[in-house]
Amino acid sequence: MSKNQEFVKFDKVDKSYDGKVLVVKDLNLDIAEGEFITMLGPSGSGKTTCLMMLAGFETPTNGEIFLDKNPISNIPPHKRGIGMVFQNYALFPHMTVYENLAFPLKVRKINKEDIDKKVDKALSMVSLSGFENRMPGQLSGGQQQRVAVARALVFDPQVVLMDEPLGALDKNLRESMQYEIKHIHESIGVTVVYVTHDQSEALTMSNRIAVFNDGKVQQLSSPDKLYEEPVNSFVAEFIGENNTFAGEVINFQKDQCKVKLSNGSEIIANPISVSSNGDRTTVSLRPERALINTKNKMDNNFKGKIEEVIYHGDHTRVRIDLLGNKEFILKVPNSSANMDIKMGNEINVSWNSHDARALDPK
Amino acid sequence: MSSETGKILTTDGIPLEVSLKKAERKNKIKAFLLVAPLLLFLLITYIFPIGDMLMRSVDDKMVTEMLPKTFKSMENWDGNEMPPEEVFEAFYLDFQKLVEEKRDGKLSTQLNYTKNGFKSILKKLRRKAKNFEEGNYKEQIMAVHKRWADVEYWRAIKRRAPAFTSAKYLKGMDMYKNEEGEIVSVEEDRRIHRVLWLRTLEIAFFVTLLCFLMAYPIAHLLATLPMKYSNLLMICVLLPFWTSLLVRTASWMILLQQQGVVNDFFVMIGLVADDNRPEMMYNKTGTYVAMTQILLPFMVLPLYSVMKTISPSLMRAGKSLGGTPFVTFWKVYFPLTIPGIGAGCLLVFILAIGYYITPALVGGASGTLISNQIAFHMKSTLDWSFASAMGLMLLAGVLAIYWVYNKLVGIDNIKLG
Repeated sequence: MSKNQEFVKFDKVDKSYDGKVLVVKDLNLDIAEGEFITMLGPSGSGKTTCLMMLAGFETPTNGEIFLDKNPISNIPPHKRGIGMVFQNYALFPHMTVYENLAFPLKVRKINKEDIDKKVDKALSMVSLSGFENRMPGQLSGGQQQRVAVARALVFDPQVVLMDEPLGALDKNLRESMQYEIKHIHESIGVTVVYVTHDQSEALTMSNRIAVFNDGKVQQLSSPDKLYEEPVNSFVAEFIGENNTFAGEVINFQKDQCKVKLSNGSEIIANPISVSSNGDRTTVSLRPERALINTKNKMDNNFKGKIEEVIYHGDHTRVRIDLLGNKEFILKVPNSSANMDIKMGNEINVSWNSHDARALDPK
Repeated sequence: MSSETGKILTTDGIPLEVSLKKAERKNKIKAFLLVAPLLLFLLITYIFPIGDMLMRSVDDKMVTEMLPKTFKSMENWDGNEMPPEEVFEAFYLDFQKLVEEKRDGKLSTQLNYTKNGFKSILKKLRRKAKNFEEGNYKEQIMAVHKRWADVEYWRAIKRRAPAFTSAKYLKGMDMYKNEEGEIVSVEEDRRIHRVLWLRTLEIAFFVTLLCFLMAYPIAHLLATLPMKYSNLLMICVLLPFWTSLLVRTASWMILLQQQGVVNDFFVMIGLVADDNRPEMMYNKTGTYVAMTQILLPFMVLPLYSVMKTISPSLMRAGKSLGGTPFVTFWKVYFPLTIPGIGAGCLLVFILAIGYYITPALVGGASGTLISNQIAFHMKSTLDWSFASAMGLMLLAGVLAIYWVYNKLVGIDNIKLG
């Protein structure tokens, strides 16, 4: 059976709450069946609104959303068959864990034995067997979260939406829950639409990530592509760490360009969103792509002064004053070869022009 | 180690408990002093008057004090046959003392309450007793009137011996102790209190129900509307609170009377004929309408405070899981509002059961409540002990409701705000 590549389809969707500001602008997004897609973006970027439109709690101001090729704008939420996990879990506090899980099955008039079976299965999936008779208030945050996930999956929905489900958990728990959700997704193959503002969460869990900003999808691609090949400076800035140089293109070629910085120095970069000489640009370079005192041959080589050294155990973060950018960050692995990193020392910094992406100006 | 002795010591060797008490003492005194004014106020204005009322309602010392010797001598009398000579002698001595103090009139009134016919024979006894000879009082008194020779009358006197009585409480339920000492109901056409009790319960129940039906949607709206609208609505709910109760009741009188605004409107739209205007005041209708309006905020506020805490995502979760809006409301939202419903209903019911001004003004004859009867006895008949008894019965009723409520819902589940 071939998977439907347009299982969920946002088609030219606009959304406005007050008739003055568009929260979501011309959203076109296809989600394949069984995919784990994450909507990532800062708060107010429209990602939660998209989720709410898909769940049916908000209606698109314009455009249409299709689920398995059927338009769903006029279908009320309870008939959409979409499971949802809420930020604050939204477990029914007056019902036991069992009753919470049985709720979606009872309203579907499923008989008692099947309910028991399905609840059992769902609870064992999140490794909470034996918790049937607890009240949500007696569970820890992580356990409540798992019950919420189980409840969203227990009625075998076509799509599961997760609205920042791990936001309220502490760091360690959040990480283990990420893997758990990921494994559940892999084992049952349900389509998951996940909303978060935490980029590491998005990178570890998703098949594809849609980066939202200002009501628009800035980039939709797999996590590695998103990190390695951001298409604009917002994505470069938002995902991971990033060193930037602002400047002007002076020598444009198809696969290389020279950028003149404000302090007069020139660097070679990879042209992504510049097209001719004279374009303003922001060059983006990941900290781990710049090396110090390397013997490798690289086409960008500069001298910088160490401004600050921060010890991180396995690596050391070094802030360097380089080409007029005092915030240039380097990550240096903790090895005996790098013992001369001291504040005030001058060091050689080099990188390949391919890794320096000339993006749109900020 | 100090744990060997089972007592934990501080570093200085003082037992920990002692040290803790010492350290806490100052705080405890401070806390008590802060509470003291209120405590004193409550004692003086609440606990003491209620205690006094309780005493008054059962107090029957008057006769006991007027006939001390008689009652003492009656202690050994079983009440089957005529009392012995010593009882007659004691009664004669007590009575003579009362006559000297000119208090015999009060005695005759009191005894007449117990049994009709005492007034005249006491009057006669007073006249004849001037000429009594010493000794053999039994024959002399029995000769005054044949009723003095009737054992029933002596039993009636004995019944007044206890310093306390439950007569007022029985009267409040249209009952009394007959001459045989059995508790029986009064004749049917004289049973006025039971009707009032039932009506009070009925009106309180329906006012609570009406308040609940109206307050629930309002409170829901208040809890879910955006701030700027909900504040406005809240002011509308609270506005009646800021108006005097009397003014509000009076304005209902203006609205509801036969030539009033509501009737005029009905006539104008042709709902009723001009010469057939319905009476909406001085009956139950008036009481229902006015009390429901006045007590509505007491239902809205507890409901609102509970609904405010229910996360909107719960309803969304219910719907996303496939519950229709109604099922979601009934299975998810409604159960979570029960603490507010309980608090609101209890509050409104208890307030309604003792409501006074509104029924007094708009209730008429068929819309008055037990509290109006209590006020009537306080102000008009001056039978304070009876008023106290009924007041306490009302209090007992409220406590009973509270108890039942606690059994059913649990008082910890109440949320007043």
